[in-house]
Amino acid sequence: MVSFDTHPDRYRHWSLRVDGEVAWLVLDVDEQGGLTPGYELKLNSYDLGVDIELYDATQRLRFEHPAVRTVVVTSGKDKVFCAGANIRMLAAASHEWKVNFCKFTNETRNGMEDATANSGQTYLAAVNGSCAGGGYELALACDHIVLVDDNSSTVALPEVPLLGVLPGTGGLTRVVDKRGTRKDLADVFATRADGVKGRTAVDWKLVDELAPPRRFTEVVTERAKELAKRSARPDAEGVELTPLVRDRYVTAELGDGTVDITVHVPDAVEERRDAEFWPLAMTRELDDLILRLRTNEPERGVWLLRTEGDHEVVRGYEALLDTSDWFAREVVHYWKRTLKRLDVTSRSLIALIEPGSCFAGMLAELAFAADRQYLLDDQDAGAAGTLVLTEANFGTYPMGNGLTRLESRFWGEKSQVDTLRKQAGTVLLPDECKDLGLVTDALDDIDWADEIRIVVEGRAALSPDACTGMEANHRFVGPETIETKIFGRLSAWQNWVFVRTNASGEDGALRRYGTGKKAVFDRRRV
Amino acid sequence: MTTSINYEDKIPNNVDLSSDRRLQRALEGWQPKFMNWWGEMGPTLETQGVYLRTAISVGRDGWAHFDHVHVPDYRWGIFLAERDPGRTIAFGEHMGEPAWQQVPGEYRADLQRLIVIQGDTEPASVEQQKLLGLTAPSLYDLRNLFQVNVEEGRHLWAMVYLLHAYFGKEGREEAEGLLLRNSGSPDSPRILGAFNEETADWLAFFMFTYFTDRDGKYQLGTLKESAFDPLSRTCEFMLKEEAHHMFVGTTGVDRVVERSAALIREHDTLDIAPRGGIPLDIIQKYINFHYTVSLDLFGSETSTNAANYFTAGLKGRWQETRRKDDHRLTDDGVFLEKPAENGTWTSEELPALLALNLDLRGEYIADCETGIKRWNRIMESAELNHRFALPHPGFNRSVGVSSGHHVTPDGTIVDEATWQAAKHKWLPTSEDLAFVRSLMRPVYERGKIASWVAPPRNGINGKPFDYEYVHLA
Repeated sequence: MVSFDTHPDRYRHWSLRVDGEVAWLVLDVDEQGGLTPGYELKLNSYDLGVDIELYDATQRLRFEHPAVRTVVVTSGKDKVFCAGANIRMLAAASHEWKVNFCKFTNETRNGMEDATANSGQTYLAAVNGSCAGGGYELALACDHIVLVDDNSSTVALPEVPLLGVLPGTGGLTRVVDKRGTRKDLADVFATRADGVKGRTAVDWKLVDELAPPRRFTEVVTERAKELAKRSARPDAEGVELTPLVRDRYVTAELGDGTVDITVHVPDAVEERRDAEFWPLAMTRELDDLILRLRTNEPERGVWLLRTEGDHEVVRGYEALLDTSDWFAREVVHYWKRTLKRLDVTSRSLIALIEPGSCFAGMLAELAFAADRQYLLDDQDAGAAGTLVLTEANFGTYPMGNGLTRLESRFWGEKSQVDTLRKQAGTVLLPDECKDLGLVTDALDDIDWADEIRIVVEGRAALSPDACTGMEANHRFVGPETIETKIFGRLSAWQNWVFVRTNASGEDGALRRYGTGKKAVFDRRRV
Repeated sequence: MTTSINYEDKIPNNVDLSSDRRLQRALEGWQPKFMNWWGEMGPTLETQGVYLRTAISVGRDGWAHFDHVHVPDYRWGIFLAERDPGRTIAFGEHMGEPAWQQVPGEYRADLQRLIVIQGDTEPASVEQQKLLGLTAPSLYDLRNLFQVNVEEGRHLWAMVYLLHAYFGKEGREEAEGLLLRNSGSPDSPRILGAFNEETADWLAFFMFTYFTDRDGKYQLGTLKESAFDPLSRTCEFMLKEEAHHMFVGTTGVDRVVERSAALIREHDTLDIAPRGGIPLDIIQKYINFHYTVSLDLFGSETSTNAANYFTAGLKGRWQETRRKDDHRLTDDGVFLEKPAENGTWTSEELPALLALNLDLRGEYIADCETGIKRWNRIMESAELNHRFALPHPGFNRSVGVSSGHHVTPDGTIVDEATWQAAKHKWLPTSEDLAFVRSLMRPVYERGKIASWVAPPRNGINGKPFDYEYVHLA
């Protein structure tokens, strides 16, 4: 069982040093510290364990260190920045492990960009040695890249020439989409194993600037301070992310191929400025649950999403979050990232809107993130599930495609979104939910249990791969963004390449890497 | 609010209707629509009471309770054969597992489709036979027609029960759909082609109940094997009633043949039309037509749907449990005769799993042969040389490997011109149909019967032939 709990005091691979408005996040991987046995993490290569620490650090920087305005990501090793994901780990891992690992890695990198864009916490890559594959992709997630100009350190994406796979955690996408490298140069870059150094790297826009070894720290520090000036982050007291308490606001019951997830809302609104503040505590629990389920429960393919509590309390908390205060903003962005995590989760998501539920505003987003929404309308008992839309459903929590979940749901029907916005604040009864297209179906209590059972069993009978592909296509309508390209185009191609014999077959490039033997390819283009 | 109906009194059942809220709610919506449908699409002839059998329980005596009934007040019941608590699945990939008491989500759509298709045929035949009461050859036959009609109605109820009890909201919608499609309707026809043809005369009715209802019997037989236990038990009970329809068809054709034979001997001529009898060649043409249209109901000889249904356990083979094989059929093969380009027959080997429709059709054909034997025995005892025969299964087919080919009743593959030139010898012509129709004049007097059919040997439930089976308005 993989746990995502960690703390800077226990990091084995990273160190986090805060120096006023600049934080130094230093990668110094413990070779013997792999999450599972069977490989050594040489040359600052990483596995899921290394990434779990990085994710923890990025979260703490946002909540515990509001004064930090620039985060410098650099290496604690000599001559090497980071060699990327560990190849022996990848070669030995099951397909779903690789895919899940890459997804989490991508999410953390998107989180770094989110901090840069929305929290005034800019990431700066101080590339002080060779930087290859996932190492360069980590640098690409930073806003600014400084490369040491020592006539030997290169940035490189050697996946295609060396391993027969793709730089699948954002590399191909960010080089052209984010950094604007010309596509022919990107093509040259991504097919040469040795990478690009010095002036060429700058000319090709692969890095932003060079710094000679002796002035490297000085240049980086200077740049970090400059970037800090862009930020409006306050010099405030942080909120400590105390050890996570589980099963309070988010409970999960593991079933036969299913997980019943319920988000609980407290009886009353309590304003606090610590990790006990319900929206933060709940988000942390759900975030952690999603990660653990994805990693540890791959066979539980259907998640049933419920909420429990009072709409008014949810709306009360929303009111508290609706300020420019840095802490409130961080909680909002964290909930946004957690919802995005749900959006890219390869599980069938079914929202069950029952009497006593509170799918209001920020929690209604959970229902809209789901693939289907079923509402229980118990007319005999006079009890029904309801929905409440609030302003939060119209822009606070965009998806990776830049649209709100309602815009995605009603893609091409802008007027419907406008109509819905006029309904904000009212409790929507079953017929209204149905007429407004907010639920898949509203079911009578006499049918409820059976229908839901049949929906779940029906889903469980389908091909999990086809479901994953289908859901990913339906969830992301409309425009492409770097994020949707990474989770859609890049990941899908990567996952296909991974399972082809040219990569993972006995004679494939991934399997033959490091054996001294050359890969044998099936030459047919597909 | 709908007024509450005492269902125990109105609807004889063994499904604990009075305590099943879901079922009651569904029936509240459906029953009035069913009554409207019966009023509009049911028998046209008005009667004061018909001597009908009503099933009031599934026990030995209960399922055959006789009395004169005002037809709209007929108590359509809901009955399933007794549950065998130890029943296990007899075939397919779930073989040996306990039978399902609930619909597995995985198979919901398929099971629902199977039930809807079966259910759709039941009211269809009532619609097809709507006008027949106006030309009944005797009160005895009129009573049998009504008995068949109410039982088709009850079979509709049986399928509707399954839809209501196990398929939720969609099931209720499908149940309503069974009343919205109508036989022969241009916009909303019945699902299967054969059920959109009007049953034009009583010979067609007897042929329909012999051949087409017999297809129903075999379809029910495959559903009786279903892993979905409520469907299995429903079909088991329906098969009991289906036997009566077979009886009406078998003895109906018997009596037509018997009457024709008598007229031939009496007048010493095969040309009995002027004497008010149905010539033997017209009877043979009716056999050819109804038999082949019914063969089409078995679907294509090769079917991946049927294979999937079998593997999943939804639909078995006829008398599955009595068969001596592995009940999975993953490695077995069978041969299929099909027309070749050069006008001969060729044999193709197929996986047995893909040829399940062919298997069922084979059982059906063997059963149909027994009717032919009966009618030929009547010929023999009348010392007539004429013999009836089933045409080749490739004859007059719109479905399967022979569709698109012209095959004669003896199995010769012929070209279009030959077919067109000879077709009138094999299938009823419009003149034949007009002639049979001309004989269809009602006989409503007790103890009397039309010229073209012999009286039955026995009456119903020990009553004599001249019993007043129907009180007319």
